[in-house]
Amino acid sequence: MRVMAQVCMVMNLDKCIGCHTCSVTCKQTWTNRPGVEYVYFNNVETKPGLGYPARYEDQGQWKGGWALDRKGRLRLRAGGRVRRLLSIFYNPDLPTIEDYHDPFTYDYARLITAPSGTRAPSVSARSVLTGREMNPRWGANWEDDLAGAPQRALADPNIVAMSERVRLEFESVFMFYLPRICEHCLNPSCVASCPSGAMYKRAEDGIVLVDQDRCRGWRFCVSGCPYKKVYFNHRTGKAEKCTLCFPRIEAGLPTICSETCVGRLRYLGLVLYDADAVTAAAATRDPEDLYEAQLGVFLDPEDPAVLAEAANAGIPHDWLGAARRSPAYALIARHRVALPLHPEFRTMPMVWYIPPLSPVADVTAAAGYDDTDPDAVFATIDALRIPLEYLANLFTAGRVAPVRDALRRLSVIRSVMRATQLGLDPPLERAVEAGLGSADVEDLFRLLAIARYEDRYVVPPAHAEEAGRLLAQHSLSGCSLESEGGPGMGGDGVSGFHLAGAAAGGVAGRDADGRLHLRVTQTSPTSRPGADR
Amino acid sequence: MSSLRGVTAFQLFWWVILPYLALATFVIGHVWRYRYDQFGWTSRSTQLQERRLLKWGSPVFHYGAFAAIAGHVVGILIPERWTRAVGIPENAYRWFSAGAGTLAAVLVIGGVIVLAARRLFVGRVRATTSPVDWVALILLAVVIVLGIVETVGVGLLGHGYDYRRSVSPWFRGLFDGSPDVAAIAHASLIYQVHAVAAWAVIAVWPFSRLVHAWSYPVWYLWRPFIVYRSRVAGRPNEPGTSGRRWRKIGVRY
Ligand code: SF4
Ligand code: SF4
Repeated sequence: MRVMAQVCMVMNLDKCIGCHTCSVTCKQTWTNRPGVEYVYFNNVETKPGLGYPARYEDQGQWKGGWALDRKGRLRLRAGGRVRRLLSIFYNPDLPTIEDYHDPFTYDYARLITAPSGTRAPSVSARSVLTGREMNPRWGANWEDDLAGAPQRALADPNIVAMSERVRLEFESVFMFYLPRICEHCLNPSCVASCPSGAMYKRAEDGIVLVDQDRCRGWRFCVSGCPYKKVYFNHRTGKAEKCTLCFPRIEAGLPTICSETCVGRLRYLGLVLYDADAVTAAAATRDPEDLYEAQLGVFLDPEDPAVLAEAANAGIPHDWLGAARRSPAYALIARHRVALPLHPEFRTMPMVWYIPPLSPVADVTAAAGYDDTDPDAVFATIDALRIPLEYLANLFTAGRVAPVRDALRRLSVIRSVMRATQLGLDPPLERAVEAGLGSADVEDLFRLLAIARYEDRYVVPPAHAEEAGRLLAQHSLSGCSLESEGGPGMGGDGVSGFHLAGAAAGGVAGRDADGRLHLRVTQTSPTSRPGADR
Repeated sequence: MSSLRGVTAFQLFWWVILPYLALATFVIGHVWRYRYDQFGWTSRSTQLQERRLLKWGSPVFHYGAFAAIAGHVVGILIPERWTRAVGIPENAYRWFSAGAGTLAAVLVIGGVIVLAARRLFVGRVRATTSPVDWVALILLAVVIVLGIVETVGVGLLGHGYDYRRSVSPWFRGLFDGSPDVAAIAHASLIYQVHAVAAWAVIAVWPFSRLVHAWSYPVWYLWRPFIVYRSRVAGRPNEPGTSGRRWRKIGVRY
C-alpha cells in the first residue's frame, strides 16, 4: 500500500443554476490573456448537449483516455509511444479551433468613430485569430438551456449510446447543467501522452500541471485528455490547463470557481488513496465495474492502519485530520451519493458529481404526484428510463443501479427532513431501504442542505516551512503574477511555492525507495501501464 | 593555413569569416536561448488553426527533410576516398546520390509547397508568423529550392557536378581549421549561393522557431507514463532577470 493524498472536488448538480459565474471568475483569474481566449478551464454545459469542444465525449472520434488491449493491458487509446513520435508532425486526433470556437471580439471603436447619422452604429464580431470580420457559429455555451437542441442535441454521445425507443422520447425531456473542470485524474492520460515529460502530477496533492518551461508544443496532451481539459495557447505555442487554483489550495482556500459558485454546490476535500492499486483498478475489464473499482482505490481515513501507512508516507498530521473531515470522501465513499464523470475513460477522474434529482422530481410533479413522496419518486425513477439511462451513461459507464441508488438516497433525505420539519412521521424505513441510517441522513442534510462554507471546503494548507526557509535567503524580484505566460502554471510559481523544475532536480524525494523523485525522469512504477511494450 | 595563400579578401569573407560567424552565432545563440528562454522554446504548432493542409504538408516535409539531411551527411561529411575505399565506384555513387536525392527533393518540395501555401494564404496561420520566423522560413526556402535545382536539375537531368571535390573539402576543412577556399571559390555559383544561404539559416536558427528540432522527444520511448513531481523550494530568478523572455507575451506573435 502506498498512501497518497488527493484534493478532490464534488459538485451537487441539483443546485447548479447554469449561471456561468464559475466560468467567468475562472476566466478572469486564469485565462484573460491573449492566446487563450477560447479556453475555459471551467465551463458549464447544458445536458443533453454536445459539450465543449463539440462531442468531446466521443472517444471513438477523439481517441482520448485509455483503453484495454486484447490482452487486457492498459494502453493509451491513441496508440503506443512509437506511433506518437511518428505522428508528431501531425496529430490525427487534435480538435481544431472550429470544434471550440473561433475566438472573437468586437470592433468597439466603431461605436464612437462612426459618422454621425440617424442610424445607431453597430459593431460586428472580429476574429481574434485573423482580425477579420466573422460570423460566430459555435461556442462554449452555444447550447445554453437546450438552445438548438432539437437540431443538435441528439448527437450528444450519451444519447447516441441509448436505445432507439428512449431516444425518441427525447422531446419530453429533462435538462440539467454540468459544470466541468480538469478532473486531476489519478491515472492521467494527458501526462502519459506528453512526449516532453512536461506534465506531471504533484505528489503532495495530486494536482496535474503543465511545466510551461518544458512544454514544447507537441499537443498530444490536448488529444490525450478524454475530457479535453488541456488547451493549446495559440500565442505561446504551449499547453495550458486547469491548475485547481493551486496557489489558493496551497493557502488552504477553495478554488475560485468553488469560492464564487452561486449555487454553493462545490465541495473540496482530501481523499486518501492507494497509489499502488490505481493501475490495476483502471484496467478493470468491464467498464461498468470501473465505478466500484475506483471506490476500491480510496482508503478509509478512519482506519488506523491507513492512518499509520499515511504517516509513514510522510503525509502530515493535519492533512490526515482534514482527510477525516473531508466532505468529498463523505459524499463519494461514505454515503455514495457522488459519482465519477465517465469512468469508462479509465483515467480515474477526481471531480465527482451528485446526480440531479430535480429532473426526476419534475416529472413526478408533472404526473400529478407529490414530488416529495419517496414512493412516487421511486416509482418515477424506475419508470423514467430517460434520465436514468442518460445519467448512467455519464457517470457509471451505463450501469443504472448506482445512479438509482444515489437518487433514492437524495429523495429519501428530502422526505425525511421535510417530515421532521413539519412534525410528521419521518419515513425512516425508506431511509433504511436506501441504505441510510439516521446519522447518515443528518450528515447528508448538513452537507447538502445546510452546506456551510467550512463544511464544503476542508482544504489543509500546504506545508511550506522548508520552502520558506530556503526562500528567505533570496528576495523575490518582481510580482509573480507579472511573469509571462500568466500566473503560476508551473512557470515562475507563487512566492514560496516554486515547483520542482530542472533547476531544483536532484533534491532528494520524500520517498526513500526512489519512487517519487523531483526529476521528471522519476515516476511511479504503479503507473506504468504498458511499460513492457 | 597554407590553404589561405592567394585568397582575396572577398573570398575570405564569404568562405571563411561568414561560416565561422554563423557557427559562432549558432552555438552561442543556442546556449543563450536555452538558458534565457525556455518558455519560448516550442514547435509553435498551428494545427489548432488549420489541419487539412498540415496533414499532408507537415509530415511529408519533415520526413523529406530527414532524408535530405542524411544525404548531406553522406555527401558532405564523408570524404570521397572513404566511399572509394569501401569499393563504391564513383558512377554508382553519383547515381545513388541523384536518385535518393531526387526522392528526398520531391518530398521536401511537395511539403514546402503545401506548407508555404498554408502560411501565405491561410489567414489564421499567416497571423502567427513572427518576423524572425519569416526570415528563417524564407532563407530555408531559398536553400531548399537551390538544393533541389542542384540535385534534380544538375545531378539527375544535367551532366552532374562533383560537389565532393569542391564543396565537401571546403566544408569539412572548416571543422579542422583548414577550409579549402580555392575549392569552393571555384565551385559552380548555384552551390555557392546554396552554401551561403545555408549559413544564414544556421545563424538565425537559434532565434527562430527552428529550435524545436532539438527537442524531438526520443526519450519518451523509455519514460514511464505517469510523471510525479514534489513541490520543493526553488531558487528565485536572479534579480533583474525575472520573467524576461525572448518574445513578449501579449504582443502579436
Ligand atoms: S481531466 Fe485533467 S488530469 Fe485528467 S486527463 Fe484530462 S487534463 Fe489530465
Ligand atoms: S457558479 Fe455554481 S451555480 Fe453557477 S454555473 Fe457555476 S457551478 Fe453552476
